[in-house]
Amino acid sequence: MTPPAAGPSLARDEPSPDSEDTFQPNPADRRGTSPADVALGLQARINSMQAGKLDSRRLPTVPALARILPGGGLQSGGSYSVRNSTFLAMALLAGPSATGAWCSVIGMPDFSVEAAQGFGINLERLILVPDPGPQWLTVTAALVDVVSIVLTRSPEHLAPTEWARLKARLRQRGAALITLGNWKQSDSTIGVAESAWEGLGSGTGHLRARSMKITATQPSGRLRHAYVGLADLQGTPAGAALRGTALPPHLQHGTPGTASGTLFEPRLMKSS
Amino acid sequence: MTPDPPTGPPGTAPATRTLMFWCPDWPITAALREHALPAETALVLVDRGEVFACSPAARQDGVKRGLRIREAQARSTGLVSLPYDPALDERTFEPVTAAVEAILPGVQVVRPGLCAVRAQGPSRYYGGERNAADVVLQTLAAIGLTDVRVGIADGPFAAEQAARATDQLDDDEQLVVIPPGGSPWFLASYPLEVLGQPRLAVLLRRLGIRTLGDFAALRASDVRNRFGIEGAIAHRQARGLDHRSVVARTPPPHLDAVADFEPPLARIDQLAFALRTRAGEFVDALREAGLVCTVLHVSLHTESGETSERRWQHPRWFDADDVVDRVRWQLQGTNASDHGLTSGITRVHLVPDIVEDLGDHADGLWGTGPDEGIHHGLARVQSMLGHGAVLTAVIAGGRLLADRRVYIPWGDAPAGQQTAKVPVKDRNQPWPGRLPGPAPATVFADPVPAVVVDANGNPVDVDTRGLLSADPAFFSAGPDDGRRPVHSWAGPWPINERWWDPKGRVLNRFQLVDHSGSAWLLLLEDHAWWVEAGYD
Repeated sequence: MTPPAAGPSLARDEPSPDSEDTFQPNPADRRGTSPADVALGLQARINSMQAGKLDSRRLPTVPALARILPGGGLQSGGSYSVRNSTFLAMALLAGPSATGAWCSVIGMPDFSVEAAQGFGINLERLILVPDPGPQWLTVTAALVDVVSIVLTRSPEHLAPTEWARLKARLRQRGAALITLGNWKQSDSTIGVAESAWEGLGSGTGHLRARSMKITATQPSGRLRHAYVGLADLQGTPAGAALRGTALPPHLQHGTPGTASGTLFEPRLMKSS
Repeated sequence: MTPDPPTGPPGTAPATRTLMFWCPDWPITAALREHALPAETALVLVDRGEVFACSPAARQDGVKRGLRIREAQARSTGLVSLPYDPALDERTFEPVTAAVEAILPGVQVVRPGLCAVRAQGPSRYYGGERNAADVVLQTLAAIGLTDVRVGIADGPFAAEQAARATDQLDDDEQLVVIPPGGSPWFLASYPLEVLGQPRLAVLLRRLGIRTLGDFAALRASDVRNRFGIEGAIAHRQARGLDHRSVVARTPPPHLDAVADFEPPLARIDQLAFALRTRAGEFVDALREAGLVCTVLHVSLHTESGETSERRWQHPRWFDADDVVDRVRWQLQGTNASDHGLTSGITRVHLVPDIVEDLGDHADGLWGTGPDEGIHHGLARVQSMLGHGAVLTAVIAGGRLLADRRVYIPWGDAPAGQQTAKVPVKDRNQPWPGRLPGPAPATVFADPVPAVVVDANGNPVDVDTRGLLSADPAFFSAGPDDGRRPVHSWAGPWPINERWWDPKGRVLNRFQLVDHSGSAWLLLLEDHAWWVEAGYD
């Protein structure tokens, strides 16, 4: 009994519906019309366009993600929000961790270290602070000082001044901040728009591989997306360079995955 | 043998005149004191499955050294057995040595329970060897050691035998003095075993030599030619010409620190403030001795007599702030068993458990690299949130995903080492029932209740034979999750964990994928569904 490999959600058309959530072309339009709000909105927009221009240094990134991230990879000093996938967040941590950087996970008691190790994250250099309590900002700031990359739940509320200070610290220390969940203040938002699991039937098999359509917002506001398999994300930054968005071999000849060959051709599209 | 021999053969006495004091069954005394057991307990100390030492009560029941533990338990009902800990002997003997050093300089600890002192100085100061020995006995009686034996003879070997010879006296005499030059005569009747060289003893017995006297009667040059240097040394000992002299130890500097508080302190911040200076002195004293402390033992005493003790490790070494932090964390407690203190703190005792050379831990000229920065940053977070809030993780063995992840507080020993608190199961062992395929990214620390129903809305269940009641059609992962249609699924995968144990669990595992392409791992236990993990 072979189930259809791809979920029906894959049939949806571009552009991705999440573009509205993650990007506001002009925040001042949405807020109140008072001059202060307009100034704040414009300032935010200037900041977002300025971020990571000249002084940016790139952190090693998994190639499958490097293609769609703004600037061609994780920027040191950058902030990224991963909308809905811990796998994606782990893939972002994996690149720096494989080159010996220290990583930190704050406020995520459910983070699976076993999966993290599967992504090539070095557990000896992974610091977990599952419960920072009300001191989220202090703890995050303290860890930004010492580790290269910080993964955290997006805070419920962060005042613009606090965020500006944290951002300055990120830039000064050359660290990157990845938040899990929708967070509009980040430089770029990455998310899984569509996903299909393979290997599972109705009562048979087990989960083997996953194909995903990943989207990332650019500073210009456009969305970029790529079709990747879970195994592409787990590749090391150096070794997986050639495979890019190609499907891993075990998907190409597996019986449940035959349908996916046409759906997930290696391609990279830009949408406006 | 008589305790007061006639004057021995006149001659030169090249061996050092030695006063040896001996506390019989020191490992037993130490263990009784450490575990606060009554003196008449039938106690044995066990080393590798055999009796290493036994208390007088146990000995009366027929227990002796070298018995297997089962045999000893058969001979003496109500036997208390504890593992033998050499470090405990050393530690508890230290106050004894210190007490004797206060009255007699130059004590050599031969082993815990047995000490040698040069007799010449004390006997002149106290007016005779017997007087000096009496002073030692009184001093030790004052710290609670009444059963101490003293032997005075030429050389440490003869003095030790003299101290042991007190056992063979009828009365409660605790002292045997062999006059100068009397050692060969005193030793002559001893068997060869006391030399501590079993192979030599066997060989000599085959040659017809049965006592030290017989051995001493041989010519020194013959012994040396036949038995080599070891034989020659044993021969000198048998003749009472002990080559060893007493090498006094240098008393170690006092590195531990005590802070007493009067009135008792009830608040942690008060204590931290009051302790700061003392902790600074503690660290400075270590540094002056050229040492740094890497493992610290903190004991806290309260007004009502409670004690809280804990051993703290440090990834690098303790400075004053770290010490204060550890005391604070010990009071705040990382779990319920830690804080049982009900009254104010009267005394804090800081003992450096392991010290290392400062040179091994010195900072380089430009710092020791990035890891030092990491450590400082994490120590800051730890001082904000507590010791157990900053963790590293290792993957252990187990069937359930939550079992496979073991957290270790930053600074504690990595798992797998002997000092680690939590024994980590080996992940390389076969774990039947573990999850195939990619590991889920989210493993819920506390399983989330879930609902799984079939197409008619009835709950899905698995019977005792492992048969599914109906195919799952809809599920919701979590109490405030909407109803998701099942796109594909697999299961039930039974897990029967520790069926022999009442606390073992019988579970069924399912993988479910919903129509939006997200996958979940669900558990069915006792007709209730739980979300174990999510593949998000």
